[in-house]
Amino acid sequence: MTTYASPIGSSLKRVDGPGKISGLEKYAADYYPDNFLWAGAKRSDHPHALIKEIDISPVRNLPGIFAVLTHEDIKGANRVGVPEMDQPVLADRKVRYKGDPVVLVLAENKTVLQEAIDKIVIKYEPLPAVFDPEAALAENAPLLHENRNDKNLLLGGRVVRGNSIAAMSECDAVAEADFQLPWQEHAYLETEAGVARVDEEGILAIIASTQTPWRDRNELAYALGWPLDKIRVIAPYLGGGFGGKDGITVQGLLGLAALHSGGRPVKMWNSREESFLSSTKRHPGRVHYELGCKKDGTLYAMNCRIVLDTGAYASLGGPVLALAMEHAAGVYRIPHALIEGFSVYTNNPVGGAFRGFGAPQVLAGLEQMMDILADKIAWDPLAFRLKNAVMRGDETGAGVWMSNSTAIIPCLEKLQEHPLWTSRQAWVSQAPPFKLRGVGIAAGLQGTGYGPMVADIANAKIELLPDGRFRIYSGVADMGQGNNPTNVQIAAEVLGQTADCFELIQPDTLQTLPSGSSAASRTTYSYGNALKAAALQLKERILTRACNMGMGLYAEDFLLSSGRLNHLPSGREIPLGLVAASMRPEERVSIYSYTAPVNRYPDKINPDIRAAGFPHRVFAFACHLARVQIDELTGEVEISDYLAATDAGKVLNPQLYEQQVQGGAVQGMGYALWEDFKLDRGELMTRNLATYILPTSMDVPDILSIAVESVEESGPFGMKGIGEIVINLALPAIANGIARAVGQHIFKSPLTAEQLLLILEKRAAE
Amino acid sequence: MKIAFELNGIKQEIDYLPDRRVVDLLREELGYTGTKEACGSGECGACTILVDGVSKLSCLMLAAQLQGRSITTIEGMSPGKKLHPIQQAFVDKGAVQCGFCSPGMLMATVDLLQRNPAPDRQQIRAALSGNLCRCTGYQKIIDAVESAAAEMRDKL
Repeated sequence: MTTYASPIGSSLKRVDGPGKISGLEKYAADYYPDNFLWAGAKRSDHPHALIKEIDISPVRNLPGIFAVLTHEDIKGANRVGVPEMDQPVLADRKVRYKGDPVVLVLAENKTVLQEAIDKIVIKYEPLPAVFDPEAALAENAPLLHENRNDKNLLLGGRVVRGNSIAAMSECDAVAEADFQLPWQEHAYLETEAGVARVDEEGILAIIASTQTPWRDRNELAYALGWPLDKIRVIAPYLGGGFGGKDGITVQGLLGLAALHSGGRPVKMWNSREESFLSSTKRHPGRVHYELGCKKDGTLYAMNCRIVLDTGAYASLGGPVLALAMEHAAGVYRIPHALIEGFSVYTNNPVGGAFRGFGAPQVLAGLEQMMDILADKIAWDPLAFRLKNAVMRGDETGAGVWMSNSTAIIPCLEKLQEHPLWTSRQAWVSQAPPFKLRGVGIAAGLQGTGYGPMVADIANAKIELLPDGRFRIYSGVADMGQGNNPTNVQIAAEVLGQTADCFELIQPDTLQTLPSGSSAASRTTYSYGNALKAAALQLKERILTRACNMGMGLYAEDFLLSSGRLNHLPSGREIPLGLVAASMRPEERVSIYSYTAPVNRYPDKINPDIRAAGFPHRVFAFACHLARVQIDELTGEVEISDYLAATDAGKVLNPQLYEQQVQGGAVQGMGYALWEDFKLDRGELMTRNLATYILPTSMDVPDILSIAVESVEESGPFGMKGIGEIVINLALPAIANGIARAVGQHIFKSPLTAEQLLLILEKRAAE
Repeated sequence: MKIAFELNGIKQEIDYLPDRRVVDLLREELGYTGTKEACGSGECGACTILVDGVSKLSCLMLAAQLQGRSITTIEGMSPGKKLHPIQQAFVDKGAVQCGFCSPGMLMATVDLLQRNPAPDRQQIRAALSGNLCRCTGYQKIIDAVESAAAEMRDKL
């Protein structure tokens, strides 16, 4: 017998690595089917206008044009979106942002496709437009969607605990500030892409870069009027997602194109500019905080007002607001709190899901408030956080009950004892000439899963193959976070196999089972729980069958190992293929449906906010530290050192865990310092990667990661989701570091060199 | 226009539009989809290939420029069954997440290690600064390049 090392807790190499680094893995963008047509959209160049006339006559007879489609060619409801189906596949009566697709063209090649898109003439009657969410809430503001009772308010609500207005006047120190948060573009390297075809049996099959194959399928059936059972969606490995492919991107247009291509395959692949224009972004917002404490350092009252710009369509703007409200009190006990939230339609591009899902916006504000308030009472900012941080059993200021593993205090303590913190004063005082230094920290949390009113269900499926190997039917798309390799790791642990005993089927509505979106820090948590149970069930079936076959008396006498069953009393080794041969195909397949636990308390929350996802039950926690150095001559900020202490439960794979911590922190650094997605009256000003600046390898430091491993009893092998908590704290940690260096906070992010230079110049002038 | 060049060690002579981009020739015409495209304007490095051993952006090259050249794409990096040491290091060190930047990163790394077999971390960062990655934060890519360089030096 070979010795067996448990895969859980080991840095098992990613099973998707070799295919990806050899260029052989096929992403959605890599499909070029025989005889395919290119599809592309003519988009609105008005932010808000009635469509008066669409003239396709200049292109109808253009050589190489196969079809030109408008909303009149759509048989279904022509609306997609979840939970609110308000976004047309092709605009019908009017357009609501510069980028709304109006006409779809199918062409033999990209050159003629672009020529046709340029030549189509659309006559508009411009309407008054609104680009600021506060202005969109005004009584006489132009309406984006005319038939709504709440006008431009997509979702609004409040959380009230105690009496924060009265309590604020009882505080010994109060701080108040208004934060402006920018759009953030996902900028995954693989822009939205896919191919589609209707086969001889009328099956519309779409291979797309999507985080939500099952939801897409439902939406496509409704929008396009094609039977649900005749739609198949396949999600290969994604070239990045981060929330930007949480829902329909090109799938509606692709499906429509395939229904009008005479059976030929169609392909779409957005250019970077079209991706920037048409994809969802992190919601920009204004977050106003008033935070008060007693002189003994106890937080006592908080008022928070959140306004998010959801753009022209709802997308996930409701749930993002609910989570922003839920995370608005961070990791702190605050007895009196008022949190008001507004998610508002404007004629801007669409806000949607982005890693962190509302939490980065509020934590950016709250964690700077914590520093400002700590300074007011002359407390150490870390001690101030420790004093107020929640423990298991506590409620946060937002009224969210910490019912499960809660290790924010150990995270803070890890930072407190770390040399990057303890030696900070020496480091700051050793700043070279013309450099200013500061050290900032921030703490926070992130809920796992969908919240109380949307069932978070994963259906795992695993099969023992006739040759004794196993096949995992992955239910949740892998956008790069590595849930597929983790699936192998989990199944390998339960079944005593090595990684090479498994093959993976990517999410495919024909072959695998609906398991929800690749989102909400839930992929490994929810699907992993389901898969663990399914694998256990299959294991029991294999052992029982071996007894059936007379290979042994008791199931517990067998041990599963790579491709074999070892009968311990006799020392016999039985190939798994032999056991598989004695099982009927349906016995060799194990399915398990898992539903994640929800937080049923409190039920006092406004029902709309609750329906949108407030509150969660399982949370990950983290505390980040940034050492920043500012060039006094240029305003440029350098992040010299960065430390992240994270409680995401037990670590299943240290390498994948670090990938999340490092990658998330750097995406957060981009949000903090450089990524400035600009619009001017709905017109996109940052159209490419030369003007929208992503962090490069030269801009970021190595990141130190400390895993604080609580045991989350509801998670598979004690884990919690780590995908989002990692991005939430870079902005406030860096902002707090900068504030300590330059002596004042900057309330508008990103914290550009330009802003800093103005502050430094003003300071020099004084 | 007839264009003759060598692709991953194999002679090619094809009839192709001279003003189409090399990335289109590779992906659409020849089926070498390992070379990725992510910006189309020379800002991200995902389409990096080697032309006569030097890293070039295939989205900024026209097919006619390949005349008489020898090019290597990711598919040609490890002709045998065994992975190239740089590829192996990318897998071992966890440098791959979504993987869409990986082919370009690997090509840029080949170019770097030919010029400098013993780069330090800062030199690696500088050499890869034209290749964007949105997943990893670069750290494990730097780790992998460092490790591959050491491995390849040992074999010399």
